[in-house]
Amino acid sequence: MIPAQFDYVAPETVQDAIAALAEHGDDAKVLAGGQSLLPILRMRLNAPGVIVDLGRIPELQGISEEGDHLVIGAMTTYAALLASEAVSTHAGVLSKAIHTVADPQIRHRGTIGGALVHADPAGDVGAPALALGAELVIAGAGGATRTVAADDFFEDLFTTAVRDGELLTQVRVPKHTGWGAHYEKFVRVSHQWSIVGVAATVRSEAGSIAEARVGLTNMGSTPLRAKAVEEALVGRPATDEAVRAAVASVADGTNPPSDLNGDSDYRKHLATVLTRRAVLAAAGA
Amino acid sequence: MTRIQVTVDGVSYSDDVEPRTLLVQYLRESLGKTGTVVGCDTSNCGACTVHLDGVSVKSCNVLAVQADGHEVTTIEGLATDGELHPVQQAFHECHALQCGYCTPGMIMQAVDLLNDNPDPSEQEIREGLEGNLCRCTGYHNIVKAVQQAAKAGVTS
Repeated sequence: MIPAQFDYVAPETVQDAIAALAEHGDDAKVLAGGQSLLPILRMRLNAPGVIVDLGRIPELQGISEEGDHLVIGAMTTYAALLASEAVSTHAGVLSKAIHTVADPQIRHRGTIGGALVHADPAGDVGAPALALGAELVIAGAGGATRTVAADDFFEDLFTTAVRDGELLTQVRVPKHTGWGAHYEKFVRVSHQWSIVGVAATVRSEAGSIAEARVGLTNMGSTPLRAKAVEEALVGRPATDEAVRAAVASVADGTNPPSDLNGDSDYRKHLATVLTRRAVLAAAGA
Repeated sequence: MTRIQVTVDGVSYSDDVEPRTLLVQYLRESLGKTGTVVGCDTSNCGACTVHLDGVSVKSCNVLAVQADGHEVTTIEGLATDGELHPVQQAFHECHALQCGYCTPGMIMQAVDLLNDNPDPSEQEIREGLEGNLCRCTGYHNIVKAVQQAAKAGVTS
């Protein structure tokens, strides 16, 4: 299959991209790395009149450090993130999660910003973004920018706080230096979407858990943060028994989908198992 | 139509393309580079793998316009002066193909893998090829071929 016809623009600045979105309105679709969008276009699930390609905007690329934050350009590829020592050192759970995304070819093209704004609940970057307390910088008309916390970013299935005419430009990640990290992903075949995934990052002190952050993949219409579990883990020793008890209720209040890979109750069970494994691995147990 | 300039297997081309043209279509239908094949057409199987600026991509999942100003290497550009690339030679010697359909993509991904990691373990080879499907179930000999090429010290 080939996509339906569209016009193509490739602006070289964020402001030109926003101007193109303003000009074409609902008829425009943003192209980041294209690894989700192109299959959608090919299957004719969407047929925008205009594609606005962000691939030629240098200011959207790259990883830098600003004090206690990592600043990641929205068009930074998975491969660049995996190659970054700053990311593995200061945001280990993001590296661990990205390592499980698709396959090497897709990771050479796919971008963190594209994945976040696409907001597929089975995608693997939302949960670590929640676990790390990432902040999303969104640019709008006239050079205005606003910053949205990851907790407020994911609104519904394929829906985020990025409004029509706006662009996600940066992902700001508070450094979690010295925190242990793990992403536990359950799939049946290689390079499949997560059936369930759990992102955990843990700060340990004297053999017990001082702080923990847990994000869930594909346990509802958006990635979810498991705040009650995070609180229950504080002060616990990193033992199987203690962690098992603290994470037992991780699926409470979630509404995971039922599909060919498993029904909702099966996913709820999986979430408790995977959260225990992820937390224990992150705590180095 | 959009004007693009792309270097493919060392030759510079300038063409007008529809923006919706996939890179693999451009390679096959405009340039006649039919060594790169379309397998699943859903970005799963990896048969269409080529290198874009030196790293592997699935060419059914890239628009030709995105390659404007960039460099593409296909399976047809690997051999030099009639000599097979060491990874091609290893696939031949290890009988790493049955029907051969996945082979162009397998070889391009294997070259990318060895560029990134010249001395991979068997597990790293299997993971590095996870985006390439062989439906003859010939993975065993494919892995052996990559191991042989790695021993030969492949660098591109």
